[in-house]
Amino acid sequence: MNEINIKVAVERGLKKRQARERRFRLIGKSAIFTGLGILALLLTSIIWNGMGAFWQTRIALDVEFDSSVIDPEGNRSTEALYKANYTALVKASLRKAFPDVKKRRDKRKLYSLISNGAGYELRDLVLQNPALIGQTQRIWLLADDDVDTYGKHFRDKEDKTGTRLNAKQIAWLATFEKSESIQQNFNTTFFTAGDSREPELAGIRGAVMGSLYTLLVTLALSFPIGIAAAVYLEEVAPTNRWTDFIEVNINNLAAVPSIVFGLLGLAMFINFFGMPRSVPLVGGLVLTLMTLPTIIISSRAALKAVPPSIREAALGLGASRTQTIFHHVVPQAMPGMLTGTIIGMAQALGETAPLLMIGMVAFIVDIPGGPLDPSTVLPVQIFLWADSPERAFLERTSAAIMVLLVFLILMNLIAVKLRRKFEQRW
Amino acid sequence: MQTLAHTSENRSAELFSVAIDPADTQVTESTDVRPQTVGKPLIESASDIAISCRNVDVFYDDKQAINDVSLDIGKNQVISMIGPSGCGKSTFLRCLNRMNDTIESCKVSGDILLDGDNIYDAKQDVVPLRARVGMVFQKPNPFPKSIYENIAYGPRIHGLSRSQAELDLLVESALTRAGLWKEVKDRLDKPGTGLSGGQQQRLCIARAIAINPEVILMDEPCSALDPIATAKVEELIDELREQYTIAIVTHSMQQAARVSQRTAFFHLGNLIEVGKTDQVFTNPVHNLTEGYITGRFG
Repeated sequence: MNEINIKVAVERGLKKRQARERRFRLIGKSAIFTGLGILALLLTSIIWNGMGAFWQTRIALDVEFDSSVIDPEGNRSTEALYKANYTALVKASLRKAFPDVKKRRDKRKLYSLISNGAGYELRDLVLQNPALIGQTQRIWLLADDDVDTYGKHFRDKEDKTGTRLNAKQIAWLATFEKSESIQQNFNTTFFTAGDSREPELAGIRGAVMGSLYTLLVTLALSFPIGIAAAVYLEEVAPTNRWTDFIEVNINNLAAVPSIVFGLLGLAMFINFFGMPRSVPLVGGLVLTLMTLPTIIISSRAALKAVPPSIREAALGLGASRTQTIFHHVVPQAMPGMLTGTIIGMAQALGETAPLLMIGMVAFIVDIPGGPLDPSTVLPVQIFLWADSPERAFLERTSAAIMVLLVFLILMNLIAVKLRRKFEQRW
Repeated sequence: MQTLAHTSENRSAELFSVAIDPADTQVTESTDVRPQTVGKPLIESASDIAISCRNVDVFYDDKQAINDVSLDIGKNQVISMIGPSGCGKSTFLRCLNRMNDTIESCKVSGDILLDGDNIYDAKQDVVPLRARVGMVFQKPNPFPKSIYENIAYGPRIHGLSRSQAELDLLVESALTRAGLWKEVKDRLDKPGTGLSGGQQQRLCIARAIAINPEVILMDEPCSALDPIATAKVEELIDELREQYTIAIVTHSMQQAARVSQRTAFFHLGNLIEVGKTDQVFTNPVHNLTEGYITGRFG
């Protein structure tokens, strides 16, 4: 009797249980697919918007390296070659290509097809090879960003509203096209130049180097300090009211909005200690303050996870507390500590707000050569470009995001490698 | 502390259904009220004593875990400590190499003398103490390193070898004495945690004897092992007796009977009875001991 009852009872409930399990699986799967979908959407939109930044329009012109313009005194001194008016050469060759353009206004429009940076390109060519002077050569010159944007977004469209080129300029571009004097090349400027007001001259290198120096400072400070604090608090310090107080405060610091750390950095490092503004050193110090709680908390968790039997084994052999900690406990906890550190570093890499406070938002053209040179960082560069009106900066914004993501992936790869190295898999 | 000792005393007195015969007690010195240990907790000839404990009390915060225990541990002997769970036998064992220091709330009072030096003396450093009094734990706990590194670690931190060859010899000797050399000699660079449970425990014993301690403490060394591995460890304990003094805590009375020469029975933090193993198991004096070894409680 009893047996039958339980069988019936179980079977009655079985369908419900199975349905519940199916439902749970479905919810789990849909959660994962939603997440993946959003990620895919994000990445495609970034790549879609940003791919264009890796290509840059160039226009070929027959440039006459007129010695009367470049080197009127004829002594070929580097200083003279450096200071010469190369823009005049560009303008002259444009006038030669379109001899019918007579009106001043039209001329100005014509000149604006070529980037302001084209003169510098010519200068570099001449400095490299002074034998060019006096010759006439076909040179691919950097086009203005309006030309670039037109080629990428408006050329193939009927409706040309939104382009900043006028009908005459469009006609001139068509002429270039006919003579195959216009093409899109891989945009090396983007990877080698610093920031610029001209989109076609703007590059990410300054921000990348700034981020690199900032993170190096952050890592060099927060890793040893964080690990030392965690080891001391977890392994050595007695549990009393003081350590409880410290622990509560570390947990609170982890939840403090990052901009507050920026204000602290401004008040302390710049105003009180008189450190320079906008430099990676101060950025690194501020981000160290910000990442320390993360590193300490996760390192303590990693230390806690080391089985007490390992400690007992070492202590029982007569190892001192320090030997036990550094020979056994810390090596065992190292992978977990590295994970915490890399989470902190990733956070630091993506941080913008505190760096705005210490002036790393300034417009800086030069590529920083060290942690004491003014610079900006990748997320701030993204913020600056996203704020710019030119359409060409839009694609550079997305491209900068891609560079940031690649930077992040590289950092994580290094972390995974290090983890593997430290992990004792037995 | 005294008041606490009293309460504990009263409680255990209630449990004692039979009064203790004062003729059988061998308690020294003070005439304070205290639990009476029957049998022979002390050894007369000082040269036979490895560790001598007098009036040891252990508190975890306010809770008393060990109540006024006086016991001598004889040289080149195995003494087993038996008793029901929570009777304080492990706590007492861990006092002997100050492993209790790692527990913040643990307070030990009384004298524990190793070669005449009080190990709880303020000047005593635990490092040389633990080098002289080794320990094997309940669960095999090899380091997550190679077999070789497991054995070599102790000699290395204590500077027992001057060269790699000497260290190799030490490792081989320790593994041989632990009866493990033949089984592992071809895989010394393999992880110690990859061995079977019994082998791991013998590895831990080898690790302990690699630094040549005077006393080895074993805290239920076979409780996680199968009968065959247990038999091997017991055999090993018997062999080690020639060179070392061994104090073993065990749950298994058969094991105590097999490996030890003296047996100490603990109950609720009190040392109830100490005597020759044969005598304790065949002819216990105290009725609590009798009740425990005949299986009436446990």
